[in-house]
Amino acid sequence: MRPFAYVSARDVESAVEAVAEHPGARFLGGGTNLVDLMREGVERPRTVVDISRLPLTGIEELPDGGLRIGALVRNSRLAADPLVRSRCPVLAQAVLNGASGQLRNMATVGGNLLQRTRCPYFYDTASRCNKREPGAGCDAMEGFSRSAAVLGTSGECIAAHPSDMCVALAALDAVVEVRSVRGTRRVPFGELHRLPGGTPHIETALDGDELITAVELPPLPLAARSRYRKVRDRASYAFALVSVAAALEVRDGAVADVRLALGGVGAKPWRAHEAEALLRGAPAVEESFRRAADAEFAAAEGRSAPTGMPDSRRAADADGQGARAGNEFKIELGRRTVVAVLRRLADEGSGA
Amino acid sequence: MVEVRLRVNGTAREIDVEPQVSLLDALRERLGMTGTKKGCDQGACGACTVLADGERICSCLALAVQYDGREITTIEGVDHPLQAAFTEHDGFQCGYCTPGQICSAIGMLAEHKAGAPSAVTEELDGDGAELTDDEIRERMSGNLCRCGAYNGIVDAVREVAGP
Repeated sequence: MRPFAYVSARDVESAVEAVAEHPGARFLGGGTNLVDLMREGVERPRTVVDISRLPLTGIEELPDGGLRIGALVRNSRLAADPLVRSRCPVLAQAVLNGASGQLRNMATVGGNLLQRTRCPYFYDTASRCNKREPGAGCDAMEGFSRSAAVLGTSGECIAAHPSDMCVALAALDAVVEVRSVRGTRRVPFGELHRLPGGTPHIETALDGDELITAVELPPLPLAARSRYRKVRDRASYAFALVSVAAALEVRDGAVADVRLALGGVGAKPWRAHEAEALLRGAPAVEESFRRAADAEFAAAEGRSAPTGMPDSRRAADADGQGARAGNEFKIELGRRTVVAVLRRLADEGSGA
Repeated sequence: MVEVRLRVNGTAREIDVEPQVSLLDALRERLGMTGTKKGCDQGACGACTVLADGERICSCLALAVQYDGREITTIEGVDHPLQAAFTEHDGFQCGYCTPGQICSAIGMLAEHKAGAPSAVTEELDGDGAELTDDEIRERMSGNLCRCGAYNGIVDAVREVAGP
């Protein structure tokens, strides 16, 4: 690992000041992603500001009934919290489906929001990657695309966002509180992550010197009836091929309200707005669920060529949008997982 | 160089390390405690698992400087019924992953006792899941065994966890 200067921050003020004073400095929380990327030479900060001792470790109920989660709450503590488990089981389940017991004891909520893609070409510094090195090109386009996204991709980047926790937060309309030397601001979760477009190296709406201090969940009674389902190559300890976070309220046989977000398939944690709009007011039956899932994945499917055609000859190549031969299975897998989760919520209720 | 004070297996230790040195390398190379193993060095295999203030972590992704002032337990400091149970149930073949498996299992049993749920726990708002084989396998999934001694590992953990 390249040497770097180390600063241990005493409080939030000194942390944001230290990063503002050292261009290119990075905040270090649990280290489960950043330390790995530094060892691989993908991240090369000259200064690391250790924020792991800052007192941002509380989970509190807000006066309006929402929840405030400190940015340095460890993943394991978040998933075990009684309020989180009973009020939004989808969040506890999403966190528990990520990484391993050891890593969840280290990884923080703030760091999870900023974790970087697991695209193998991003990690391999011998490969071309526009995210790692702007303008270099993308070896994933014609390469191994099993882990890549099918929604929100561009001609520059098809990497999938890796987080499970973020999928639940997208469904729950979370708000992210960030702090810098310029003050405090609040970013709606849907605006936190950016689609790759022509600048895949710019992944969030945050400036480099902004520190995530908390995540707030607005009161959402619907979230008590929610669940997370993750489909992956192994039964445990693997990134998602497809995942679904959903909350559903059925009244008189119709969908009164719904929240739906997808993981493993999007260039960012994917809130399924299109599917939600179709579901609201529709009969809470399999046919409605299927139609909503079809609509959400339509953008992924429209351009896909018949299976077997080399990636390089596919229409998707023109602008990088839609699925590739190596990951077009995610479209049908994603639809079926959406339907299965909604059906179970309609039949049985939440994961709690 | 940064001065780091650790309590390792009950003994106070002081070392000067560069900030990029992992807790794993500090234990093995600076303190000469080679019981903790380096497998993947990227948090994927669990061979480097140690306990920090009783919680299991991957020491390869932990910078030693971040653990200043903490209590670290490595396999050299473990005296636990799991060790005999692993021997009894053939919970290993080559033994390379075993220190990590044992430390991980100790941390896992404490998590379970404290009521922490897992990804296979059905009743999330219940008092805590029974430690079934499915629960053991899910909770221990961060420790890989290339020899494939998983059945023995599950048997050993189940025996120690008790009814």
